[in-house]
Amino acid sequence: MRVITQLAWHAFRDAARGRVLYVLVPFAVLLIGAAWLSGQLTAGQEVKIVKDLGLTAAALCGLFTAVVLGVGLLAGEVERRSVYTLLAKPVRRHEVVLGKYAGLVLALVVNVGVLAIVLYGVLAFVAATESAEARRGWETPAVDPALLKACFLILVQLMVVAAAALFFATFSSPALAAAMTLGLYVAGHFNADLQTLEEIVGPGLTASLATGLSFVLPNLAPFNVTAEVVHAQPVPPGYVALTTATGLVYAALFLGGAMLVFSRRDLT
Amino acid sequence: MAAVRLLALTKDFDIGFWRRRPVAALQGVTLDVAPGEVLGYLGPNGAGKTTTMKLLVQLLFPTSGSVEVLGRPAGDVAVRRRVGFLPEAPAFGDNLSAEELLIHYGRLFGFAAPDARRRAARLLDRVGLDAERRRPLRRCSRGMRQRVGVAQALLNDPEVVLLDEPLAGLDALGRRAVRSLLLSLREEGRTVLLSSHILSDAEALCSRIAILARGRLAAAGRLADLGLEVRGWELVVAGVTPAQVAAIEPAPERVTRADDGRCVIALPRSRPPEPILAELIRGGARILALAPQHETLEEFFVRTVAGREAEREAAG
Ligand SMILES: Nc1ncnc2c1ncn2[C@@H]1O[C@H](COP(=O)(O)OP(=O)(O)OP(=O)(O)O)[C@@H](O)[C@H]1O
Ligand SMILES: [Mg+2]
Repeated sequence: MRVITQLAWHAFRDAARGRVLYVLVPFAVLLIGAAWLSGQLTAGQEVKIVKDLGLTAAALCGLFTAVVLGVGLLAGEVERRSVYTLLAKPVRRHEVVLGKYAGLVLALVVNVGVLAIVLYGVLAFVAATESAEARRGWETPAVDPALLKACFLILVQLMVVAAAALFFATFSSPALAAAMTLGLYVAGHFNADLQTLEEIVGPGLTASLATGLSFVLPNLAPFNVTAEVVHAQPVPPGYVALTTATGLVYAALFLGGAMLVFSRRDLT
Repeated sequence: MAAVRLLALTKDFDIGFWRRRPVAALQGVTLDVAPGEVLGYLGPNGAGKTTTMKLLVQLLFPTSGSVEVLGRPAGDVAVRRRVGFLPEAPAFGDNLSAEELLIHYGRLFGFAAPDARRRAARLLDRVGLDAERRRPLRRCSRGMRQRVGVAQALLNDPEVVLLDEPLAGLDALGRRAVRSLLLSLREEGRTVLLSSHILSDAEALCSRIAILARGRLAAAGRLADLGLEVRGWELVVAGVTPAQVAAIEPAPERVTRADDGRCVIALPRSRPPEPILAELIRGGARILALAPQHETLEEFFVRTVAGREAEREAAG
């Protein structure tokens, strides 16, 4: 456990020193600019636009961070061969995978946390500059606690993506692993469409293949509750709990796969 | 009990994308390193030295055969606490500095933070990196990384030290620092397995030598017993006159004069150096050094291994 904590802390520090977390800066700029612009253009809609944009951008920034770090922390080290000295220390290979993953999750928590704080800040500013009358017309308050649910599920989804990146990175080059992770992300969001493809193209090989894929690939759509939160539809706690549990199972499966492959692999 | 034991160690690499075919990097290497021994593991490029080192810390898994370190299989975590490893051309792509990396590794060995810090500082000092200890490793030169690599290999006062080309990429000062470090390891009674393709490095440092060629052990023993041929002698003298040099009959192979009046004279093997020494001393010259010049490892291989293979081909 001590070894894993040490590895996690090291991985987090390494990530924080790298330039990955700089994506937060354009995010904040984009969000503030959008808030200002939508305030100019649409009366009464700017809060929705800022929330929608903010959560979507947070998911994408997080995706970028999760892929870059997930691939870089392990495959990058293998490719640079810096892993040689590490693995000669009294650490087991699965501990290295777990430690790196824990550091990665820590970086993602910081990432999503900062994004949420910026989002709330912008929303508070928008609310403060609106008239009381305009505010009465809003379906949800600007500084809405429900946004935290959306941010939390984004974080869980990023944990799945990061575990997948780590898994792919145990047996392929960094570039290939990144491509596979992004492919998984996209396919995961269109999972429902894969299942209903048969209705569109009719029964056949393509449809069966799509249905088969939809069972194998994790379904990531449930992690996106942006529309519900923005349009004041309820997101019950039971839903959040179930989706989180599903996400943790996905993450655990990928992580287990990563440990299995990495522990047996020749590091040439 | 041997400190390091290779038993019929064989490693094939599968290469080729579509049709995988095995390349034999090591073929049945059996070798023991006794406790306290400094073994030079020599061989030309591609002989399998790095492959052996990686098998010893289980970066690679053997195709067949086995390795033991301190009586335990290579993957044993408890044994790793007592082993130090320097990989070939070590890389640390981190954003961290040498000092932070060493402290991190120290913590992985289980040392408390102050202890890890003390060990890191001491070793950085010993490899002559004190001034650069805060510089991010990714901005360090090759030689500096090599020194960091040596430092991290000695962090835990290892009983067994595995060093893959420890002197590669170092300047004269770095070589001297690492050489004296290696000599002190030897004096402290640690077991060292040191790979190199430079015979003279091993000559100065090692108590025994194993020579690897194309994945097979070609020879093992004390350098003097290996049958390396002496090619000639190198004589360094001061205070000789050109006339004296010219008087060496028949003419020496090569004479190099330094500005400070010293003179390096290369003598062929056919000339025993003793009479020439006597002659020079009588003329008032001072003898600074006399060293036998061995054939290089490559020449040794061409003569032995390649020769044997040619014989085998001719026979088969
Ligand atoms: N990852 C790999 N894939 C395929 N072949 C490899 C791999 N690594 C090493 N080899 C082959 O194994 C053989 C031994 O290589 P190794 O790196 O152990 O040699 P070496 O003695 O360390 O050489 P050098 O002095 O150049 O460092 C070589 O023929 C090499 O081509
Ligand atoms: Mg090598």
